[in-house]
Amino acid sequence: MSVLVYAEHDNESLKTETNKLVHAALGASTDIVVLVAGSGCSAIADAAAKISGVSKVILADNEVYLHQLPENIADLVLELSADYTHLFAAATTTGKNFMPRVAALLDVAQISDVIKVVSEDTFVRPIYAGNAIATVQSSDTKKVVTVRAASFDAAANDGNASVEILDTVKTSEKSSFVSAELTVSERPELTAADVIISGGRGMQNGENFALLNGIADKLGAAIGASRAAVDAGFVPNDMQVGQTGKIVAPQLYIAVGISGAIQHLAGMKDSKVIVAINKDEEAPIFSVADYGLVGDLFDILPQLEAAL
Amino acid sequence: MKILVPVKRAVDYNVKVRVKPDNSGVDLNNVKMAINPFCEIAVEEAIRLKEKGVATEVIVVSVGDKACQEQIRTGLALGADRGIHIETEADAVVDSLQVAKLLQKVVEAESPDLIILGKQSIDSDNNQTGQMLAALTGMPQGTFASEVVVSDGTVNVKREIDGGLQTVKLTLPAVVTTDLRLNEPRYASLPNIMKAKRKPIDVKPVADFGVDMKSNVTVLKVEAPAQRSGGVKVADVAELVEKLKNEAKVIS
Ligand SMILES: Cc1cc2nc3c(=O)[nH]c(=O)nc-3n(C[C@H](O)[C@H](O)[C@H](O)COP(=O)(O)OP(=O)(O)OC[C@H]3O[C@@H](n4cnc5c(N)ncnc54)[C@H](O)[C@@H]3O)c2cc1C
Repeated sequence: MSVLVYAEHDNESLKTETNKLVHAALGASTDIVVLVAGSGCSAIADAAAKISGVSKVILADNEVYLHQLPENIADLVLELSADYTHLFAAATTTGKNFMPRVAALLDVAQISDVIKVVSEDTFVRPIYAGNAIATVQSSDTKKVVTVRAASFDAAANDGNASVEILDTVKTSEKSSFVSAELTVSERPELTAADVIISGGRGMQNGENFALLNGIADKLGAAIGASRAAVDAGFVPNDMQVGQTGKIVAPQLYIAVGISGAIQHLAGMKDSKVIVAINKDEEAPIFSVADYGLVGDLFDILPQLEAAL
Repeated sequence: MKILVPVKRAVDYNVKVRVKPDNSGVDLNNVKMAINPFCEIAVEEAIRLKEKGVATEVIVVSVGDKACQEQIRTGLALGADRGIHIETEADAVVDSLQVAKLLQKVVEAESPDLIILGKQSIDSDNNQTGQMLAALTGMPQGTFASEVVVSDGTVNVKREIDGGLQTVKLTLPAVVTTDLRLNEPRYASLPNIMKAKRKPIDVKPVADFGVDMKSNVTVLKVEAPAQRSGGVKVADVAELVEKLKNEAKVIS
């Protein structure tokens, strides 16, 4: 039994998702190898080597892996796969992108968005936007799994694994990177934040999202949004929380002007404490909120900022 | 240029499903079914490419029992030219890998230049089929698309990724999976719904495809999620802050 864990990173830093993946992988096996694929990312491999429970890090550092294009990464993982019984990646837009390719090429199923590893062959995952929780067992020779990182604690950083350099180069003529527009923010990332304050359609426009800034500053919070707010162009897509956006589980989630559609709840209802601020006392968000405050957000937000 | 659009019949997105008392699955009896929202966006994108003169033919394909012909008709009413129905036994649950293998056969027979699928279906929430199909057919992929631009022999796909947006350029044939902001699907007009009734649907039994339909994944049980106990309403900001500090202890 051994697990190949695909490290989540952006060539600049190793993401805490990787620590959470390692923790999840320990539920299947104690032999855990981390693959770091990227460009100019040897520091990432060194960081991965410190994660407790990791026995070895494989570093595939090459320009062709700079943007982690799924065609290249899937072929790389496929080539390494012979040595492992399990392949784990985070259910991020990177893992979701290449991992099903690996599964198909191995002729096995993929178990997506796992929230609990019961044993080496049994996993728990939400279906129907989290309205049902399925326990599934796989008899495939290799288990290809994506993990919902928010559901796992992070493994600590007191390990000392070796780093092995891999020269394998996989490229595809059929796909190339053109450009990226990445959101630059001083705030913590949504998927890593302890506190999140999210705005919905009730915010009325993009400028009003500034009302959340002062509160976010005081709480060290990340700022999220509902799909309606993203669709209306108030804020960029990477802020969307929900079934089809980011899945988060912070200590504190504050929903402002968000009605609480099942698709939004799917992304945040595992938060430890939920606060809802909404002027409609019948809004479904109140049914999941630990603390509900009925009222006009334009009155409440300045008061809240002042009170913190 | 030919575009293939695989679509899935799924529970309507407004429905909050319930788990069966025996924990064998979710109860879909008398539940409203519809075309999976992401698949509808895929059909719309294909139709728009046809309207722009980029595509010449749009084919809608679905894997499922007889009932999924309803969703193929939805695609035809939106403007697709013809349908293919890969018919399974009633209520058969087919895994993503098996669907991808069946679609691979359709791709071999039809040789489309572009395949547009939804990024995930809102029942199994797998987010796999498009990527698997791309791998099986050796095609490049542009997943989670919010913009698709076709120009001679290539397609540029703007993708919604966790950090923002990314654009990739793929040579055709290619697989694209749709995100929610790619477009807003039109409503089918009554004349188009009538016209769709006369468009051809080629029905083929799944057995004709020579694909092993056995899945190696068994569902042991399906449970309702842990319910959050309903909380309290607070009177004002002061009470809220006090509770967060002293009761929930999530702020200091
Ligand atoms: C396939 C699919 C996937 C989806 N995925 C997602 C997803 O990932 N994430 C997501 O969020 N949604 C998703 N949705 C959309 C979802 O169904 C809802 O449409 C959306 O969440 C609504 O956003 P909202 O709550 O901001 O807007 P609304 O439902 O319009 O709610 C606005 C709320 O603001 C309140 N409000 C208005 N003004 C004020 C004020 N001055 N003060 C206080 N309160 C005020 C109102 O009372 C109301 O409750 C998806 C939908 C589909 C079909």
